[in-house]
Amino acid sequence: MEAGSLSVAQQRLRGGPGARRRRAVNRVVEVLCTFAAFLAVAVLLLVVISVLIKGLPALNLDFFTKNPAPFGMTGGGIANSIVGSAILVLLATAMSVPVGIMVAIYTSEFAPTKVSEGIRFALDILNGVPTIVTGVFIFGLLVVGHQQSGWAGAIALAIVELPIVARSAQEVLDLVPRSLHEAGLALGLRRWRIVLRIVLPTALGGLITGAVLGVARVAGETAPLLFASSIFSNLGITTNPAQAMPNIPVTIFTLSESPSPQDHAQAWAAALVLIAFVLILSVIARTFHERSRRRIRG
Amino acid sequence: MSSSASAAVTRPKLFEVRPKLVDRIGEPLFRGLAGLAGVVAVGLIIWIAVTVFNDASPAISKFGLSFLTTQTWDPVHNVYGALAFIYGTAVSSLIAMLIAAPTSVAIAIYLTELAPRFVRRPVAILVELLAAIPSVILGLWGIIVLGPFLNDHLEPFLNSFLGWIPLFAAPYSPYGMLNAALILTIMALPIITSITREVFATTPGELKEGAYALGSTRWEMIRMTVLPVARPGMVGAVILGLGRALGEAIAVTQVIGNATQIKASLFQPAGTLAAQIASSYQSANPGLGVSSLMYLAAILLVISLLANIGARLIVRRFTVVGTR
Repeated sequence: MEAGSLSVAQQRLRGGPGARRRRAVNRVVEVLCTFAAFLAVAVLLLVVISVLIKGLPALNLDFFTKNPAPFGMTGGGIANSIVGSAILVLLATAMSVPVGIMVAIYTSEFAPTKVSEGIRFALDILNGVPTIVTGVFIFGLLVVGHQQSGWAGAIALAIVELPIVARSAQEVLDLVPRSLHEAGLALGLRRWRIVLRIVLPTALGGLITGAVLGVARVAGETAPLLFASSIFSNLGITTNPAQAMPNIPVTIFTLSESPSPQDHAQAWAAALVLIAFVLILSVIARTFHERSRRRIRG
Repeated sequence: MSSSASAAVTRPKLFEVRPKLVDRIGEPLFRGLAGLAGVVAVGLIIWIAVTVFNDASPAISKFGLSFLTTQTWDPVHNVYGALAFIYGTAVSSLIAMLIAAPTSVAIAIYLTELAPRFVRRPVAILVELLAAIPSVILGLWGIIVLGPFLNDHLEPFLNSFLGWIPLFAAPYSPYGMLNAALILTIMALPIITSITREVFATTPGELKEGAYALGSTRWEMIRMTVLPVARPGMVGAVILGLGRALGEAIAVTQVIGNATQIKASLFQPAGTLAAQIASSYQSANPGLGVSSLMYLAAILLVISLLANIGARLIVRRFTVVGTR
């Protein structure tokens, strides 16, 4: 190369033959990797800003307090969907959190290692089941021959939420120091009392974080509800889970499929409400994630 | 509570032999409930699989395996086949992986090796928040923002350079394979990135220092130590991202155009297994129509179970050792 006029010693000092090319390659890779990271952040911002810009104009008090306007009329809100989503997510969480935490207690405290690993694996696989398949499972089980209902929707959401809650609870319980167990045993406590009186209180913060993450995840799930709670007999506020309940994700879905710009505006506003809820919950959970873990480790 | 008082007097409390009544009931009850919850978790997967296959059985016995090679989906004449959707699922996910895998690895390299310390956590959290965006919102964005952009700018641009490849042939369309693939890329990206990042973090420091001591540049160090150590984990991460992409129903059905056709051009409307199920939620004919949807769900379930089991086995084997 152009280093021909330099002595061998001088070449070595500059990094050996081809050093310039190697540094250039290194530089290119570094720039590309940095670019990729900022691209990902840019996409996030692009989506969030789109939702903000398009959703804000349609957002007013009516949007939260009124039901959808009848076909062909303007205005109206998504009060029915907000109430429906709240009930569905609450029911799903009430089902999945106790079961999820009990699974975690079983795998972390009681089960033999092999069984525990098997259950963990099963939870990961359950987490990988496409949510639309969970939806048609509930459809085949509870809706065919009956009718759509809030219960069916809530159970479908609970199946999606269960592995998330259980896996995060397992991670948290595994962090509780063995010495706390041993202290309990030394005091003559039975295992279940150790779990209830020592392990769970210690892990409480982490368990709540996991439950919040689960809520954030299922609040935006559409696919499990599509076959369970998507066709509504009345568009008013429904508080009876025996009937199909309007909800925010399915509302966004149906509005987004409509050709009318008015419907799109409503869809964006609903999307803004949903994304704000989900992102705020996620950020809160993530912020407390590390803190709660540090506290458990003591 | 009612444990015999005489025993307590004669023996020191420390060596209490007879457990209290609450404990005698509570301990096995609690253990039993916890074990039951474990059974529920494992049983759910089996239950889902059995129900889906059972409900699909009319279609399975009617069409058999030729379902997989038939391209028609005709509710009017009750003839159903999955070929177009299998093709659509494979192609959209494949393109998503071709874009997401290298990008995710690059992001993971940036986050573990390049970024200044104060940037790492915020950027990592932002990338993970990408996974928190509900798919229906990503789909809405795909319909109204990304679609028109593809139709007016990206597709003509690609066509002008690569139009001689059938993949990029006109006419343009806002909704189709390309839009779906890009949305799936956005969904898979955070998953692949976060696992890859964890795997990268397991590279032994001695290896890195050794590479630097031999005069490597940063990239040479990464190429010779980080990447080889992380290779199996990266494969697992990509398969997990693939599993996510294969199974996504809502966002895809919003942007892919839902057409039962196989077209070479990525600009054309298509369909996927999951999207087809989602798009016919209101219109499925009772009987064979619903059963055929269940058949689609069964195929989807098998594919995603295989992907997930494979990926978990790989990821587990290669991360547990390093992180603990």
